[in-house]
Amino acid sequence: MPSFTKPKIHLKNEKKNDIGLIRADYDGVMSTLCAGCGHDSVTAAMARAFFELSIGPHKAVKVSGIGCSSKTTSYFMKEAHGNNTVHGRMPSVATGAMAANPHFTYIGVSGDGDSLSIGAGQLVHAMRRNINMLYMLENNGVYGLTKGQFSAAADLGSTAKKGEVNNLAPIDPCALALSVGATFVARSFSGDKEQLVPLIKAGLKHKGFALIDVISPCVSFNDHKGSTKSYEHTYKYYHKAVHADYVPPSAEIRASYDDGKTMPIELHDGGLINLRKLDSGYDPTDRASAFSKVLESQQTDEILTGLLYIDETTQDFATRKKLPGRGLNTYPYEELNPGADKMKDLMREFG
Amino acid sequence: MKPTDTSDPDYFHKVVDCQWACPAHTPVPAYIRLIAQGRYSDAYMLNRESNVFPGVLGRVCDRPCEPACRRTRVEEEPVAICRLKRVAADHRDDITDRLPKKPAKTNGKKIALIGAGPASFTVANDLAPMGYECTIFEKFDKPGGLMRTNIPAFRLPENVLMEEIGYILDMGVDLKLGTPVNSMKELLKEDYDAVFVGTGAPKGKNLSLPGREEADANIHIGIEWLESVAFEHIDKIGKEVLIIGVGNTAMDCCRTSLRLGADSVKVMARKPRAFFKASPWELEDAEEENVDILVNHSPKAFVHENGKLTGMVFELMEYDVDENGKITDSRVTGEKTIACTDVILAIGQNNAFPWIEKDAGIEFDKWDVPVVDKVTFESSQKGVFFGGDAAFGPLNIIWAVRHGHEAAISIHKYCHGESLTQRRPDQLKLEPTKMGMFEWRYSNAFDDSERREMDHVALTERFSNLGTEVELGFSPEKIATEVQRCLNCDVQTVFDAPKCTECDACIDICPVECLSIVPNAEEPVLRDAVNATNPDQALYVSEDLPYTGRVMIKDEDVCLHCGLCAERCPTAAWDMQEGIITIPHADDQNALDKIFEAAE
Repeated sequence: MPSFTKPKIHLKNEKKNDIGLIRADYDGVMSTLCAGCGHDSVTAAMARAFFELSIGPHKAVKVSGIGCSSKTTSYFMKEAHGNNTVHGRMPSVATGAMAANPHFTYIGVSGDGDSLSIGAGQLVHAMRRNINMLYMLENNGVYGLTKGQFSAAADLGSTAKKGEVNNLAPIDPCALALSVGATFVARSFSGDKEQLVPLIKAGLKHKGFALIDVISPCVSFNDHKGSTKSYEHTYKYYHKAVHADYVPPSAEIRASYDDGKTMPIELHDGGLINLRKLDSGYDPTDRASAFSKVLESQQTDEILTGLLYIDETTQDFATRKKLPGRGLNTYPYEELNPGADKMKDLMREFG
Repeated sequence: MKPTDTSDPDYFHKVVDCQWACPAHTPVPAYIRLIAQGRYSDAYMLNRESNVFPGVLGRVCDRPCEPACRRTRVEEEPVAICRLKRVAADHRDDITDRLPKKPAKTNGKKIALIGAGPASFTVANDLAPMGYECTIFEKFDKPGGLMRTNIPAFRLPENVLMEEIGYILDMGVDLKLGTPVNSMKELLKEDYDAVFVGTGAPKGKNLSLPGREEADANIHIGIEWLESVAFEHIDKIGKEVLIIGVGNTAMDCCRTSLRLGADSVKVMARKPRAFFKASPWELEDAEEENVDILVNHSPKAFVHENGKLTGMVFELMEYDVDENGKITDSRVTGEKTIACTDVILAIGQNNAFPWIEKDAGIEFDKWDVPVVDKVTFESSQKGVFFGGDAAFGPLNIIWAVRHGHEAAISIHKYCHGESLTQRRPDQLKLEPTKMGMFEWRYSNAFDDSERREMDHVALTERFSNLGTEVELGFSPEKIATEVQRCLNCDVQTVFDAPKCTECDACIDICPVECLSIVPNAEEPVLRDAVNATNPDQALYVSEDLPYTGRVMIKDEDVCLHCGLCAERCPTAAWDMQEGIITIPHADDQNALDKIFEAAE
């Protein structure tokens, strides 16, 4: 950990967002992760995305599980709400919080260990329910906090730091998400903020469950020659299929969409996600086509990235379940608590 | 863009804004670190290498370093560099045994230096220890030049000046006081191997307006008047004094008047405050003493009755100023007469050489200024060199010191028959500062303390004696705080592209977001990527990075030199290294021929 806390400096030419905050207002406490950890870079990307979207930290909720990645919710937006939950249980807490107040912006931060082993069941059901949140899965292929054992995301044939070869098949978070109904599925890399920041912004603005599987190298235990999640390997096999830019409702839209390469997706807030297809013939609005692309890429060394699938038409959980459109804190006590008599009537139904 | 060549000594030198702005290139952060460690004598000696008069300049320097200070770009106020320089001088031990000694024998070369001011003393300081026989001719009975005659003792006590002059005289310099040089031709006939002219700009400008001659008895030329006060020929002035002009000499005149019995002192400025020539701190100090500064008053005439000055007529001015702060138009809106007993003219000064004959071989231009080479300081007469205000007109003490160093190099080369233009270039040496994982041998953490203010002697007390020094120096608490405000810009961010894994850690941790990794492009594109809006400051561009071929870029403008990038770097691609810039001196020019031969 650095020898002193990063100071907040006000530059003469500092940029402010629509609510008058500077980028540094979205910082958190100093990271205690290893120097060079991909997670710190993802943290910086999240802080930048919230800054650029002008979301007030007090209007955001950060939830996480257990692990190196789950620690990072402390490292950005220190004035936001948040909860470090039990191992693998972040999606349940996020679901409850979202039900209690749908007006906040929800971001979950977890890793491949927390999400794909102990928390796999939770993750799957959050996606199936289309909870309105962005789920950042910081994927480094190992349990870094316990010194580098393979996780369920480790690729076949990749090696641990001491040379042991992984011979168990990995879970591909994007394939998993597509198979259970997630409505926003993306993959990115901690080293590419040009792609990652717009993806986070789009994911936060998407109404429904958004998953971003971020390759985020473990600099201490999985950044060696035999690793398929190292900086070197990721840069080498990195492939951008679809670039996504969030365009806010107020912005003038200048791009032309008739070139067959760009495609606007209208969002519920009136904004757009402007998709730029870098691979011709790829349709990110077609689940089956996206699924086959992801499966195809598993047969190669290529790391397929970008916004792989988006579905803006499926209703999110709160809409489908007709949850009240306001925070429970806005109801008077009497309305929230119908009283003992009503409770007895209710219990009688089960009697 | 092409990768930045950091082996060019100027690149890292420019990053140290204070050192780059200082005419003598004093290594400011390095001596501030020594002060922080309580090594005042070491700080003084390091300072003395380049600026020769740390005690004097720690009080009255023009401080080009302070407006340049990087601190002004990340907050409001610069580091109080000048005050810290005085701290080193105030708290040093006896350092006489660390100074160069008078050599056991001379090298037989005789140098005549004219005028005992900062320029001549610097030349003597550099040459005497090398064996040169230096003789300084001074027309007054006391040495110091304008440091004595133009700067009042309440700003620069005589003992401070004499102690630092004494150091140089002890190196075996012959000082001939009360010995004006009246003829250059005569001097050139004597057996001096070289002549240095450091006679300053001693001629104050006059103001020819109606009434000037009639009221002459109470109209004074600023620098001549200050000179007379310094030599105690004048010890009083009338009750109501007007100062014409608003430069630093005007500030010295108004404050001196208050000490010689004036009750009301007004400084009359022709233009608005933004156009004042005086340093901001000298204006503040004068206003603290209740001097009125009146803007937009243009002198028109002197008023006199029976041959005695009674007042002055001014035209009231109005100016149009454009968005760049330039005056585009002006007009007179009225007239005003202000009563006074004395007027002091402080509207500028010129160099003047009545003692240099037209046929002495020294060429003068159409403004009667000698033609002097800007690199060698040699005049059109071989072996005759100029420096200080005598060379290019009025500058300041620290420029005079720089000229002195350069002229000393030229004189040394001239006396040995070497080319004056083949001079040792500046050199850069980088030294590691890393002590441990997150430990450096400089205080890298950013300290957000505000600039410390100087304590002054109470108003009533300071007027009782002309020689009472107004500034008290920094208290230990102020020293301790102010040294930590220095950003250590000389501890450079050194980048080794082949080691970089493009993990972005440095970019994310940087408190001023001055770093980025981007595809190489033209400068405007790269500058935009890090919001580098100051065109005066460099943009660093690395070689291509190994994994993607992109480049690391850095906006030098706002870097805090806090080292967080280096602390966060997993492969030590970023490192914090102290850049030591070696400025050429007369004594390090030997064997240069071999260096140049090797280079060719």
